[in-house]
Amino acid sequence: MMGKGCWMSSFRLMDKAVKGPMISEPGNERPFQRAAPGKLTAMVAWVVMVGSLILFGLVTSPVAAQRPTPSDDEVNRLAKEMYCPVCENVPLDMCPTQACAQWRALIRQKIGEGLSDAEIKEYFVLQYGDRVLSEPPRRGFNWLIYILPPVFFIGGAVIVLNVMRTMRKNVPGTDGPEKDFLPPPDEVYLTRLEEELKRRQENDY
Amino acid sequence: MIENLGFGVLVITLIVCIYGIFASFYGLRKNSLAWVESARKAMLLTFPLITLAVISIVILLVSGRYDVQYVYNVTSNTMPLYLKITALWGGQSGSLVFWSWLLAAFTTAVTLRKWNRDREFLPWVIIIGLVTLVFFVSLVVFVENPFVRFWQTPTGGRVVSMFQPVEALLINPPDGRGLNPLLRHPGMIIHPPMLYLGFVSFVIPFAFAIAALITGRTDDRWIRVTRRWTLVAWLFLSLGLVLGSRWAYDVLGWGGYWAWDPVENAAFMPWLTGTAFLHSVMIQEKRGLFKRWNIILIILTYSLVIYGTFLTRSGVLSSVHAFAQSAIGPLFFIYLTFTMVVSLGLLLYRWSSLRSEGTMHSVLSREALFLLNNLLFMGILAVTFWGTNFPLISELFTGQKVTVGPAFYNRSAGPLFAGLLFLMGVAPLSAWGHSTVKTLGKALWKPLVGSLLVLVAMYVGGIRQWGALLALWLCALVIFITLYEYIRGVLARQRRSGEILPVALWNLASRNRRRYGGYIIHLGVVLMALGIIGIEMFQTETQATIPPGGSIQLGQYEVSFTRLDLFDTDDGRNVARATMSVSQNGRPVGDLFPRRDFYYDSGQPMTIPGVRSTLEDDLYILLVDWEPITSTGVTFKVYRNPLINWLWIGGFVFILGTLVAAWPDKDPEPTRVSVSRRNIASRQADG
Repeated sequence: MMGKGCWMSSFRLMDKAVKGPMISEPGNERPFQRAAPGKLTAMVAWVVMVGSLILFGLVTSPVAAQRPTPSDDEVNRLAKEMYCPVCENVPLDMCPTQACAQWRALIRQKIGEGLSDAEIKEYFVLQYGDRVLSEPPRRGFNWLIYILPPVFFIGGAVIVLNVMRTMRKNVPGTDGPEKDFLPPPDEVYLTRLEEELKRRQENDY
Repeated sequence: MIENLGFGVLVITLIVCIYGIFASFYGLRKNSLAWVESARKAMLLTFPLITLAVISIVILLVSGRYDVQYVYNVTSNTMPLYLKITALWGGQSGSLVFWSWLLAAFTTAVTLRKWNRDREFLPWVIIIGLVTLVFFVSLVVFVENPFVRFWQTPTGGRVVSMFQPVEALLINPPDGRGLNPLLRHPGMIIHPPMLYLGFVSFVIPFAFAIAALITGRTDDRWIRVTRRWTLVAWLFLSLGLVLGSRWAYDVLGWGGYWAWDPVENAAFMPWLTGTAFLHSVMIQEKRGLFKRWNIILIILTYSLVIYGTFLTRSGVLSSVHAFAQSAIGPLFFIYLTFTMVVSLGLLLYRWSSLRSEGTMHSVLSREALFLLNNLLFMGILAVTFWGTNFPLISELFTGQKVTVGPAFYNRSAGPLFAGLLFLMGVAPLSAWGHSTVKTLGKALWKPLVGSLLVLVAMYVGGIRQWGALLALWLCALVIFITLYEYIRGVLARQRRSGEILPVALWNLASRNRRRYGGYIIHLGVVLMALGIIGIEMFQTETQATIPPGGSIQLGQYEVSFTRLDLFDTDDGRNVARATMSVSQNGRPVGDLFPRRDFYYDSGQPMTIPGVRSTLEDDLYILLVDWEPITSTGVTFKVYRNPLINWLWIGGFVFILGTLVAAWPDKDPEPTRVSVSRRNIASRQADG
């Protein structure tokens, strides 16, 4: 696992080193200054330049682009889904400690290097374990957390259905849907008797 | 002196409790009312005794007796008086004494009631109350004693002990460490007591349930007696949860109100089972069904109260291994196992006498829908319980600790909450005993059409998230149904009695407080749901570092950073306070002052947001970081939390509804609904 992570990181770095400068160079040519002959030509040149830039950016992998320093929002988007091992239950984007600030700086650096979200998370997991993720990764023992609550709920639902079925079945003397909800006469009598008794009891109080 | 008095009183309390248990058992065995009465007197004595212990702790806290370890840990010279007093529940041992005190208050109050018609419950209720009390008081006396002091031994060692070791001298530190800054908030006065009250008062219905099981009086009596106690317990727990959310929103500096933190979950789980219980007992009262299930629910609620206290008090949350290190953890575990085994054993023993009296006749009847409501509550409980405990279980079995964050809970419990909202709308329209699609549809169609119109309006208004549309539609449906129920009731009353509208409304609600109080609670829940949907689905945020004069744009808001002031306060804080001017759509709307307080005594910082609150949304600014030397850049985090205020407004409505439903009166005993053809016909005509 460790080897794979490192290999992936170094691959990304290499990728950036090869392709990065190729993109940044045209940007330095300052099209507006050079396009003296006429406004229209300048515009056309500018559009072509920017267009090719965008196209180039689309054709090559977006992670390969030399990016400006990632904004706080970009960092927080990822930090929101992570936890440092020390600050219990405080997501990384909220945590005021110095250590967490350093983690965020590291995330910023990694985003700047062009690593994807998954790669950055994997980097931290390799260093500090699964607990840095806001949810246990879906593998091995962790599957239990995702499976048990639905199993419990379905079990409960089956019990409820059964209760409903047996209760409906238990009504004696019913043979059709019309009579289904009619209690047997003795039950009506018993209920009334019970109510009467209760009322007397309450009045005694 | 005072510390010895306090400790002595606690030891006497323990002896009195144990005596009470034995007297009660002996009275039962000898069939002697005098012994039971003596046990009752013992119970009545516990409250004044623990009150003395509480007063002793408060005196120590207020007078700054830092030679007492507890006082040293939770107070400091600079803390205001109210915080010194509330520090009673600011640490482990103090809060256990506080717990015991409230428990004694409730069990004492319940023994003062008239027992004419259920005298057979009395000895058992006393025993269960006292056993719980013995457990908590012995924790304080033997494990977490708040009165232990610092001593210097002749060899130069420092020990903590209740009594003076041989030739040791008392150490009297000049100042204490002070309360955790997170707890230095006016919320400290009310939030923990409410939560604890909610916790301890669930002991009462549990005690009656167990008394019913032991005595074999398994009719509805125990439910009737405890209905109001349960509502009060539930009211306190709900208040505790709402106040806790508000406190988190004001202080914790994460822009949120609920983080599915294990400590929050510990309080939420008994609330879930308690809410399910409140609904489910109605089925038993009205239809005589599900007696066993009600007993299971109250046993579960009591166990979750103990479990919640265990989770928060044993240190097990930080690591499974802290469990073994703390003496309190294993004791809690043993007590929990003991109560569960005994109470479930009793339930099995009485299993056959707890058979349902009636039968369920239709899947759309009120009782069937309540059963579904219970299923959904249990589903949410399963998610919460498992999510809270999984990190411990994972650590135990694999050695690897994992984090279970809010995303897991939201995804798993979200649909169940939506289901509950739907049932909350539909169930009040269905009849006890029997409902058909036709009767239900007849009652439902008008509010349904209204809510669909709202749905269309929201879609046209630009909301495209299907989850949000569904949730908001459900809210609209429940609001319409609840109001429709009120209107129907008021109109019917007006027709019959000719009263004017407000009088009819007042009489309707006051004659039928349980029902209409319940509707108010439902309205409160929907309003809270609106707030939750707003912040969960529409919250936006941004963060940036700006120099003075710079500004941050978030939606229609623009916040400009004017200045940063750094100063010390008299109560031992170093404050960094930013002044931000806010404009909405280019129009200035005022200044906000987010700040960071650094507490010198405890060495911890606190982030206090600057908040502009309206019914539409909150603008919530946090001071994240700054450069003290150059003062060139200050980092702010800005949130827009739509509709969040409805969460608090809904909370008020919710509490109001619970008060309406629980206010004591001489309401007639609920009558069983017998299902006969005539009843159904008349109910259909009403609907």
